[in-house]
Amino acid sequence: MSSQFVRFDPEPERYEFSAGPIHNFELARRDFFKLFGAGIAVFAVAKGSLAGQETAPTRGFHGEELPAEITAWLHIGEDGKVTAFTGKVEIGQNIRTSLAQTVADELRVPFESVTMVTADTALTPFDFGTVGSRSMPTMSPQLRRVSAAARDLLVAAAAKEWNVSPEGLTAADGKITNPATGRSLRYAELAQGKTLAQNLPAEDPVTPADQWTVAGKPIPKKDGRNFVTGKHQYTPDLRRPGMMYGKVLRPPSFGATLTSYDAKAAQTMSGVVVVRDGDFVGAAAGNEQEASKAISAIHAEWKEVPQTSSKQLFSYLKKNAKASDDNRSRRTKGSVQEGLSAAARRLEATYTVAFIAHAPLEPRAALAEWSDGKLTVWTGSQRPFAVRDELASVFHLSENNVRVIVPDTGAAYGGKHTGDAALEAARLARAAGHPVKVVWTREEEFTWAYFRPAGVIEIKSGIDADGRLTAWEFHNYNSGTSAMETPYVVANQHIEFHKTQCPLRSGSYRGLAATGNFFARESHMDELARAALMDSLEFRLKNLAEPRLRAVYEAAAKSFGWPRKKTQEGQGFGIAGGLEKGGYVATCAEVAVDRSTKAVRVVRMTTAFECGAIVNPDGLRNQVIGANIQGLGGALFEAIAFENGRIVNPHFSSYRVPRFRDVPEIEAVLVDRKDLPSAGAGETPIMGVAPAVGNAIFDASATRLRDLPMIPNGLPAEKT
Amino acid sequence: MAKPIGLEINGKRYTVQCEPDTPLLSALRDELGLTGAKYGCGEGQCGACTVLLGGAPRRSCQIPVSAAAAKPITTIEGLEKDGQLHPVQQAFLDAGAFQCAYCTSGMILSSIGLLSTNPNPSAAEIAQSLQGNLCRCGTHPRIIEAVQHAAAAMKERGR
Repeated sequence: MSSQFVRFDPEPERYEFSAGPIHNFELARRDFFKLFGAGIAVFAVAKGSLAGQETAPTRGFHGEELPAEITAWLHIGEDGKVTAFTGKVEIGQNIRTSLAQTVADELRVPFESVTMVTADTALTPFDFGTVGSRSMPTMSPQLRRVSAAARDLLVAAAAKEWNVSPEGLTAADGKITNPATGRSLRYAELAQGKTLAQNLPAEDPVTPADQWTVAGKPIPKKDGRNFVTGKHQYTPDLRRPGMMYGKVLRPPSFGATLTSYDAKAAQTMSGVVVVRDGDFVGAAAGNEQEASKAISAIHAEWKEVPQTSSKQLFSYLKKNAKASDDNRSRRTKGSVQEGLSAAARRLEATYTVAFIAHAPLEPRAALAEWSDGKLTVWTGSQRPFAVRDELASVFHLSENNVRVIVPDTGAAYGGKHTGDAALEAARLARAAGHPVKVVWTREEEFTWAYFRPAGVIEIKSGIDADGRLTAWEFHNYNSGTSAMETPYVVANQHIEFHKTQCPLRSGSYRGLAATGNFFARESHMDELARAALMDSLEFRLKNLAEPRLRAVYEAAAKSFGWPRKKTQEGQGFGIAGGLEKGGYVATCAEVAVDRSTKAVRVVRMTTAFECGAIVNPDGLRNQVIGANIQGLGGALFEAIAFENGRIVNPHFSSYRVPRFRDVPEIEAVLVDRKDLPSAGAGETPIMGVAPAVGNAIFDASATRLRDLPMIPNGLPAEKT
Repeated sequence: MAKPIGLEINGKRYTVQCEPDTPLLSALRDELGLTGAKYGCGEGQCGACTVLLGGAPRRSCQIPVSAAAAKPITTIEGLEKDGQLHPVQQAFLDAGAFQCAYCTSGMILSSIGLLSTNPNPSAAEIAQSLQGNLCRCGTHPRIIEAVQHAAAAMKERGR
């Protein structure tokens, strides 16, 4: 990581949720072979295995020493089939495919022969969660190392068979070959009758990216056919013998407590089980409609608490700010006061970020089944082991008696870190004595999940007569610390995060606070460039040393054709960029603003992205373009409206997300750095969208929009 | 009261026992195990539950099962014939036009509905026609590309 700018590292990202307890590998070796059959197995003992929890690569989580732990394992069966096991979750980011490519590449087998077993707490090693863009940078090298070690075992086994030295034997296409004799043995033959297991040494040489043969290629999604035929079963599609359908009685507002309860009518319905446990009230029935009817028949009264509304949100956040109590929340370098005094021009502006919802198309869902005091739950979650722990804790079970399985899930975007539906299904199933499935309605999903935190961001800055930054003061209230530091060179800076009382349940989201922090910083940089009478890109490059960020700026500008001359009235161009989670991004946008109606249309976007060596360019392109489209929602119109503990717009008809006609022409420029380790790509490409579009709107209309979403009531000329 | 209702789905006759106002989506998924149609909102706003009713794309969450008895129903499960994918399925697969793929069944059936009335749609016509189908992963450009490829393939095949 470059030291040319201040690394701001105030606290572990508060909204990423804290690390769970550290678990031991509970599956004994002999059980492993009993489960998966004879063959060859390799277990990766990662050094500092919880490195996956870091939000910055420069420290361990909470700065603590981390224990060695098994994080991945791999099995080669007597039939030559390769199975790799990881606790990571497939949520549409294509990790099943790119990790299988990694294994195939390092083990020298065809892609098709690799099966990935993911996210099953009984079969896969402990994993903190599929969060923070960490799957590629942490899981991919670990799988490479187990694969390389398995290859070494196969070479050694062949050498023993032929009674030759292992040096000089080669591995390719699922075979070990002795070039001296031309003889070869297939992996299946070598695994025959063996129960060979090995723990990995901490380091193993792995194949550099410029020698990859399977990784680095645009291999189509694994099991893609199951998705176009409807065969893949997501959690809501699952069924178990005797299964019932569960529904939960929701309080009328957040924080309401149950004061009176009468379920007699519901209890007399045939086949209905009603459960009350504290403030939890739910029902299970033979089908969903009956369960809903039972819930409607319950008479409940609630004590509500008065709460704030989205109309007062930003003054509420400022008013309830808590004094920063530790140095992890702030960072100072030089003197902002002196920098401002020395400036030729000064600027001060406030930006706001609304609460938004993840709205994955698959709502939260879980199917729970009890058997002999043991609990199995299928659920769409990014953190299967954390959900297992939640269940173990709530139901007073040992972790060994809880199994959580995550089928490939209909997306999450940071919104499925918790086990809410799992707890509900398990509670109802225990009472019903049958498996119970709970699928949240869209309204429940919009209300009882959690939100990307809202925030207020204040910036004070100064530039000298040459357009160099002399001072940078940045305050974020509530929305979070991700990408709060500036990548630009500023001698005098103060950066501070302010905790406040947050009126809604908040959690992770794709890119988290970085999107808002990018928006504020990059909008502000655009304002400064205009104050300095400089081109917006030229101004950025003048204040930027970080070579990888410069490179994506230049790549985006080249492909987009920046700077561009306006050829039509109402046309505008904007640029923005930055770095986060090991990825470097720059986005250029073109908008058209209708002078009379003020309707805004995003016409075109170009996003250049660099995340080290590219593992699957096709999957990466899907992620980058997808992030750009999703980013348009939060940039332009997504906002949760709330009033006194209720969500006012909990439907797709009132909470507007991007649809086909909102999608501009989008180009993804992928910068492949084969000399650098692969970083994650699920989050960072979203971050430049809002400021690039906002800057383009200013360019087109001389209107500076400093609030996300920028056009909350939709595009005026386009009523749908 | 639950009563038997006859349905014709993917060329086969079925009888479901349910209340007449049960959404077709629930009958398909919970009574018949045809889970290819997805629940996304239950309000006709997302298109994940789209099926063909008499050949036209309809939101199965908005149709009472009793109203679906009169016309043949096609779900995603009925598109593959003798191991051959429908050209629209094949085009989605070839274009990698999905990420989490939860919207895919609905996208494919809506696209088949479009191509049955407009065999050669422009990108703008596809966007207009799929406006009611949500893809939260942002795969829209590839979906439009896939529909255009499917249109070309179907034209070729029909020749």
